[in-house]
Amino acid sequence: MTERFDILIVGAGPAGIAAAVTAAAAGKRVGLVDDNPAAGGQIWRSVDAQPVAARTWLAKLAASPIVRFQGWRIVDSPSLGVLRAEGNRGCRDLVYNQMVLATGARERFLPFPGWTLPNVMGAGGLDAMVRGGLPIAGKRVVVAGTGPLLLAVAAHLARRGAKIVAICEQAPLRRFVPFLRSLLGEPAKVMQGIEYALSTFGAKISTGCWPVAAGGGEVLETVTLRQGKWQREERCDYLACGFHLVPNLELPALMKCRIHDGFVEVDHLQETSISGVFCAGEPTGIGGVEMALLEGEIAGLAASGKVNEANKLARRRSRRLGFVRALTAVTELDPRLKELAEDATLVCRCEDVSCGRMREHASWREAKLHTRCGMGPCQGRVCGAASEFLFGWDSGSILSSVRPPLYPVQVSSLDHPDKLTYQGDSIEQISMLTSKEIE
Amino acid sequence: MSKPARIRLLVNGVPITVAPGTTVACAILIAGIPARRSVTGEPRGPLCGMGICFECRATIDDAPHQRTCQLLCAEGMEVGTS
Amino acid sequence: MSENWDVVIVGAGIVGAACAWQCALRGMRTAVVEANFIGGGATAAGMGHIVVMDDSPAQLALTHYSQTLWQGLSKSLPNDVEYEACGTLWVAADEEEMQEVHRKREVYTSAGVATEVLAGPTLADAEPQLRNPLAGALLVPSDAVLYPPCAAAYLMSQARRLGAQLYRRKVLSARAGKVRLDDGTQLTATRILIASGADACELIPGLPIKKRKGHLVITDRYPGFVRHQLVELGYLKSAHSSTADSVAFNVQPRKTGQLLIGSSRQFGAEDSVADPQILAAMTERAAWYLPKIGKLSAIRVWTGFRAATPDKLPLIGPWPEDDSLFLATGHEGLGITTSLGTARILADHLEGVTTAIPAAPYLPARFARSAVHV
Repeated sequence: MTERFDILIVGAGPAGIAAAVTAAAAGKRVGLVDDNPAAGGQIWRSVDAQPVAARTWLAKLAASPIVRFQGWRIVDSPSLGVLRAEGNRGCRDLVYNQMVLATGARERFLPFPGWTLPNVMGAGGLDAMVRGGLPIAGKRVVVAGTGPLLLAVAAHLARRGAKIVAICEQAPLRRFVPFLRSLLGEPAKVMQGIEYALSTFGAKISTGCWPVAAGGGEVLETVTLRQGKWQREERCDYLACGFHLVPNLELPALMKCRIHDGFVEVDHLQETSISGVFCAGEPTGIGGVEMALLEGEIAGLAASGKVNEANKLARRRSRRLGFVRALTAVTELDPRLKELAEDATLVCRCEDVSCGRMREHASWREAKLHTRCGMGPCQGRVCGAASEFLFGWDSGSILSSVRPPLYPVQVSSLDHPDKLTYQGDSIEQISMLTSKEIE
Repeated sequence: MSKPARIRLLVNGVPITVAPGTTVACAILIAGIPARRSVTGEPRGPLCGMGICFECRATIDDAPHQRTCQLLCAEGMEVGTS
Repeated sequence: MSENWDVVIVGAGIVGAACAWQCALRGMRTAVVEANFIGGGATAAGMGHIVVMDDSPAQLALTHYSQTLWQGLSKSLPNDVEYEACGTLWVAADEEEMQEVHRKREVYTSAGVATEVLAGPTLADAEPQLRNPLAGALLVPSDAVLYPPCAAAYLMSQARRLGAQLYRRKVLSARAGKVRLDDGTQLTATRILIASGADACELIPGLPIKKRKGHLVITDRYPGFVRHQLVELGYLKSAHSSTADSVAFNVQPRKTGQLLIGSSRQFGAEDSVADPQILAAMTERAAWYLPKIGKLSAIRVWTGFRAATPDKLPLIGPWPEDDSLFLATGHEGLGITTSLGTARILADHLEGVTTAIPAAPYLPARFARSAVHV
């Protein structure tokens, strides 16, 4: 017997949760697949200290008759209507009528001397680790890079008792001035900003500032920060450093959804170029939690056939877009960040390939074959985004080499579908065999 | 549902005790050792915290190359780093 | 703009690069034209196995000749070429295949290739992860593996050190001593060598080369899981068949500890998308020989196209229908292995000197329209 979902949703962050809950409320049979041990994506991780919105949506999720696959990785989209995912005991083909892609985003990491030292992490990276149980009280933390994520992370860590030594935004102050005007239409954002400021009271916030080196023996001990002509060294336990979010486009690309300007193209009801495949949240444009929730709801309604209600929500979305675009323009990356990596600085961490070696090649594909950058388990997810910025290599060519398996899988998962381990178990039984869920 | 107050596991043979819901990557960090050595022998730890970078890989109960940032500690787990 | 060369080589894969080096070494003014980048075609897609194969006496001669050359070169190869003399184990699943092991040993011995027969228990010691019991295996210790794109890059760099020039352009036509490039440049050459693999048909229509698709899987690093190149004795049947889709067990350890899992052969499959049925068959076969392979982490899957000829032997030498044209292509799954031997034979043809091994079996003339039909 083939188990079929009306709507299958990939990604259990805010967008995926909103889509799933909405579709389930419309009476649809919904499946939700996510690679983390618990729902929430990146921004809503953790068992405590959740914002109200998170608690509300997670409660709705828990109460919905959604079939959940937590701790499952997407392997392949063998054909439209079938998604192959791998869990603890092997693979399963999940059959669906409609799909919502809510695969979220990851951070862009830029290399600089010392960036590979343990305890240098992404901004979202350190945040995720703290939510995953890393003690941070009393630790000295430098938060650097770009974008609103820095403030959110710094505020969260400060609330947990971290000593925020510095917050360094690479964009210069003058660029924020016109942006502040657009903030006046967003009182919620102003309140949030004040809240961040109060939380991180005492932290030195610098603009036009970025890390140029991390120092230490076996772990991070110091960070050198540059601002204009000035440079200073700070002792710290952790460096939380990320330069923008880049959308996770691998599954949309594999499914041949049209991608434009680095984001999945969707219509006003979140439908991609492929009929019956919707996309919500960061892969359609970096917009933060509110946007993700809104788009998730729209996609859930549209996929459920509730077009009128979806249309109503879609009108709210266009108003938000202006704010999002303004913020993105403000935090454009300073070209001097390209010069941080020296010849010996590693760009590919899976295969230990240095900037100097990669620079010798004219294209991503050539560099891959001759240095093996991007050939490790991350398949270019870390070094690809960095290379695009550092060497100007075409991101289209990086995406065009996406093929299954999307993530490393067990060799046995490549075997015949009728030999895959979960065969014979019902979908509900299979979904229960996941990592224990956190309530 | 009853939950254990603390979870005990071994990291490179050293007993570590963590709260439920702690990821294996965090347990390794708490133990104060690098999660892995790079292909040229550099010490490495988690970077992305979300299963993308593969720097948090360690061996769990004899299965190598596990992405520890996406796995929760379980009672009696044996974690080995390279 | 016109340039006058002794030889212009089309294609900087491992065969073209090897030929460039030999030609430059012998003092020929050499140019190489490559449309993409060095070692980017079939060279990049293959396993990188250096193997002596005995499908026919001519194949045995060429692969042995070439393997010896690789062995001699190995100490000069830089680290990124990852040359590893791990040897090949031809694995016998049953007594019938064990007979084949003994037959093969005799053939190799008479050709001067050292081998050792491993019975079941000795085989288990040599390769603990292999299914136990198996009937046994034939060990060929002089076989090796390497990383082909960097090998091609090394050969090309040696050629350039000796004065060979590299043009990064697409060849539009190559005949009668003239090579036309896509930027309007015309290279004038006494000889033109076509070494562009399956794409050779674009320049010489009617060349008897067909694309034979293959699949490979690469795993994460598991040093010591497999110590030798492992090939099932049915491999030759698969390579031998001229029409059917086939899969044969072939697993290679890289110096990095990663495993390459193969192999497959298909005619008529022209697109590069991996076929799940083929992958499943390959995986199933691999799991039979290596029961614990199922749990290993597979990082990537890819496909590639071998240049195959009707008699499974490459085309090395003059093309009779044009005095200036020479060929070094059609190597099927033995391009890496036979690149060095091909280069020597080809350069011998260009110089008009006797080849170290009989060159007749590889002469392109055997397929020319003017050839007597055999």
